[in-house]
Amino acid sequence: MLPEVISPAPIVKIKSLTVAYRYGNAWLDAVRDVSLQIEPGQTYGLVGESGSGKTTLAMAMMRYLGENGKVREGQVEFDGRNLLSLSQNEMRQIWGASMSLVPQNPLSSLNPTIRIGEQLAEILRHHQGLHRAQAQARSLELLQSVRLPDPQRVAESYPHQISGGMQQRVLIAMALSTSPRLLVLDEPTTSLDVTTQASILDLFRDLIKSHQAAVLYVTHNLGVVAQICDRVAVLYAGELVEDAPLADLFSRPLHPYTLGLLNSVPRVGLNKNQAQLQSIPGQIPALGMRPAGCVFEPRCQFAIEICRSRPPLFTPTTQHHVRCYRWEEIDRGELSSKVDLKEEFLIQRPTITLDIKEQIPTASTIEKPSRETGRGETPTLSINHLTIHYDVRRSLAEFITRQPVAKVKAVEDVNLTIQGGKTVGLVGESGSGKTSLARAVVGLTERTGGDIGLLGLALPSKLSKRNKDTLRHLQMVFQNPEEALNPYLTVGASLRRPLIVLLGYSPSKADAEAKKLLAAVRLPIDYVERMPWQLSGGEKQRVAIARAFASHPDLLIADEPVSSLDVSVQASILNLLNQLQAEYGSALLFISHDLAVVSYLSDEIAVIYLGHLMEVARADDLFEPPYHPYTEALLSAIPLVQPEAMQTIIRLEGDVPSPMEVPTGCPFHTRCPCCLGDICVQHTPPWRIDERTGKKSFCHIPLDELSQLQKRILPAIE
Amino acid sequence: MLRYIFRRLGFLLLTLLFTSIIIFVVTQLLPGDVARVILGREAGEAALQALRQKLGLNDPWPVQYFHWLGNFITGDWGDSFSTRSAIFPMVMGRLRNSLMLGAVILIISVPIAVALGVIAGLNENKFSDNLISITSLSVVGLPEFVTGLVLIQIFAFKLKWLPANSSIRPETTFADALPSLILPALTATLVLLAYIARLTRAGVVEELKQQYVRTADLKGLPYQVVVIKHVLRNALLPTITVIAISCGWLISGLIVIENVFNYPGLGRLIVFAIDRRDLPMLQAVVMLTVFGYAVANLLADLLYATINPKIRLG
Repeated sequence: MLPEVISPAPIVKIKSLTVAYRYGNAWLDAVRDVSLQIEPGQTYGLVGESGSGKTTLAMAMMRYLGENGKVREGQVEFDGRNLLSLSQNEMRQIWGASMSLVPQNPLSSLNPTIRIGEQLAEILRHHQGLHRAQAQARSLELLQSVRLPDPQRVAESYPHQISGGMQQRVLIAMALSTSPRLLVLDEPTTSLDVTTQASILDLFRDLIKSHQAAVLYVTHNLGVVAQICDRVAVLYAGELVEDAPLADLFSRPLHPYTLGLLNSVPRVGLNKNQAQLQSIPGQIPALGMRPAGCVFEPRCQFAIEICRSRPPLFTPTTQHHVRCYRWEEIDRGELSSKVDLKEEFLIQRPTITLDIKEQIPTASTIEKPSRETGRGETPTLSINHLTIHYDVRRSLAEFITRQPVAKVKAVEDVNLTIQGGKTVGLVGESGSGKTSLARAVVGLTERTGGDIGLLGLALPSKLSKRNKDTLRHLQMVFQNPEEALNPYLTVGASLRRPLIVLLGYSPSKADAEAKKLLAAVRLPIDYVERMPWQLSGGEKQRVAIARAFASHPDLLIADEPVSSLDVSVQASILNLLNQLQAEYGSALLFISHDLAVVSYLSDEIAVIYLGHLMEVARADDLFEPPYHPYTEALLSAIPLVQPEAMQTIIRLEGDVPSPMEVPTGCPFHTRCPCCLGDICVQHTPPWRIDERTGKKSFCHIPLDELSQLQKRILPAIE
Repeated sequence: MLRYIFRRLGFLLLTLLFTSIIIFVVTQLLPGDVARVILGREAGEAALQALRQKLGLNDPWPVQYFHWLGNFITGDWGDSFSTRSAIFPMVMGRLRNSLMLGAVILIISVPIAVALGVIAGLNENKFSDNLISITSLSVVGLPEFVTGLVLIQIFAFKLKWLPANSSIRPETTFADALPSLILPALTATLVLLAYIARLTRAGVVEELKQQYVRTADLKGLPYQVVVIKHVLRNALLPTITVIAISCGWLISGLIVIENVFNYPGLGRLIVFAIDRRDLPMLQAVVMLTVFGYAVANLLADLLYATINPKIRLG
């Protein structure tokens, strides 16, 4: 007889948990009947978009719901104890000791008036009974364990004196200080730059392994999940729709929502010409508006009659659970995500649509769409030697002593052209100057030097000096759809304004045209009467895009247009931008910090760092060596949505410097792994041009040397 | 930080200078002949002229201004038109009285108001919060002469615990004056209570929503520690500054209370000077009042800068 294998008991056992929030007099369910288990030492990912209930679930598990939230049904067991029966005081013995949280926003999660060292030491004094000196010494050790340079200085600082990446490391140190059995991470890297995020993720991997903690990782980022987690649960509108080991979820997704999610995430290196992003039509139902049956049914392309009743949790394998009646058909491949997709969400493309799973031909063999224009024509946008410096206000004393004004050098000597009908993507992290550049082109920010030309005509620096004709041809879509529409105007009024003001239409003609615009952005015509607060974020952004295209601009500038939207909504907005651009023949300057999104839409990509362009290349060429060292680091930092993919790991030291103190010579030299020494510190790099691809690189190292040193970073998309 | 202090001191001096110019110009523009006021209506032209010459009234304004400013700074505030005695000692005496009363008011009102505000904030929308809010709001609406008189009725006439009249003498020590200070202090407290308590409450409610409170809770720290060490430190910042600024009001703004209780403070002196058109007295007291407000403001800013590390360290 074989001895019984006793597997260790799970650290966390959540059974049929239902959590509700109070709205007025009613209690609305935010999480419905969710069950999951976390084993000791396991990293469990909880994936969902906004409104999915993932944070609610995590907080309910920790028993930290506010006054207006409560657990209506279900059980939560932690380390064998029933958490729901404990009082707040009893929970305080568990919090910080055996269960810790690393929250999303590091700056607001730290007390601004207490020094960092003290905020760490108080945990140790309270839970481990150390006295002052011991706690202080141990705090320094902890700060060192999260790889903070100069722990003594950090311990004596206040939160606002250290950078975001360092603040997050402090919070990680605080959470791990008592070696808790369970660590809850609530979107810990969402507010950080991608290169900072990469080193924090490295830190997580190492620390989690050495502490052997179980981890609940709450996030919306599938790439991060793919790189860190052992097991993943997908939440949609408060319900657990799929729950599987990592490899299974990505290679064999069985729920239509999971499928949709995986197909709608832009992948770095995947261009619109190679494949198209799938979007999930509709939006997440609000609390209290959720169907009693399958919660995904209203948006599901495979929905059938039986889906009106709530599916039970099926178990294709003991490890893989899915809440869908049709999982077997999906598993067998009978239901393709291309079939039955409503027409209006597909883009008419001149080239062949390829399934992502099929073999992708290399970029050079794909026929470029017919809207490509020749290089000889006047470029739609030409930016020459653009420089934008902001003055920092001087104090009276400094004014009297005639000290030179400190400057924020937001943009420095940027040259960029965009040909008619093409899309140029501008990628940069925080402080790179990309928004300043966009604002200078539009005229909202005055430039300090250089000139900007639209179809050969010089653009005055200030918006007020530009004539209506220019305004007609140059439009912008902003980042935050909540703020982009006038809340006092109906949708129709917002759309009619540019038509009447810039194109001189009569009110009746403008009205008809506004309705046509709404149809072009796939919104119902009766939305003309709606007010912005009645629309969702994605719908507002569609209206903003419709408004931007209303005057048939030659150039559209989109400044992070999808950054504040959910992943499933992003895809439809990106496709929409792409399509409208083709129809209207506009050029597009697309600005983002997300290289995956940029790589999907752009024909050409420019990488900007601390106000300087680092590399300009055609989209396909950017992802092949030779890379500029910064581009290489960026590519290496992005968490890929492929669990087994091996990436070359290049990590940058420290955080992005502030644009008030741009380093001399090459601005990247302080963090560059290939820094040659004095030449990089003192001399501005030259622009090196690759003859074969036309790629331009701002670096002292010659391109052929770089090609010899570098390997292709991104794996082929399978 | 030192630069910050110097800059604020600089502004203080500029403010005072500017105020002195305004005061000087205003008094110069007022109708009436100073010489005549001093010598009386029967004085002859020659005597008036001589006095004008002596007082320097025929000099150009800038000269008169600097003359006056010089005197003021050195403490020579001249003689009062109505009492014909030196202004400086009189004003200083009143100042001492006002400071005493102000101190007692602060000692009584601040702890009570802050405590009530904290309790209200921690129990937002519950019974204790509603009780405190309603009570303090209903009290603040009452004019001081009403509350003052009511307090006198209760504590002086009915219970006979405290004197009804607070007119202390210049020689009275602080200890002896104390019983006379309590009723006026209570009256002022009722005014300040709502103000400070509501501000504290708002601060506490606001800070409790912040994410660092969640971090402190989830560190497992006891509730009292979270409230006192983490929340109050941030919640009381605006309250402290407002209290510091109120000090300006406490020194020369208590006119009604001083009147009700017959207390010889600066407020009553202003009314006295206005009543008698006593310009030098008025100039002196107004300058002192502005100085008081400016210093209170400066202290408030410095206090805030000391407590708030974002300003202290930049």
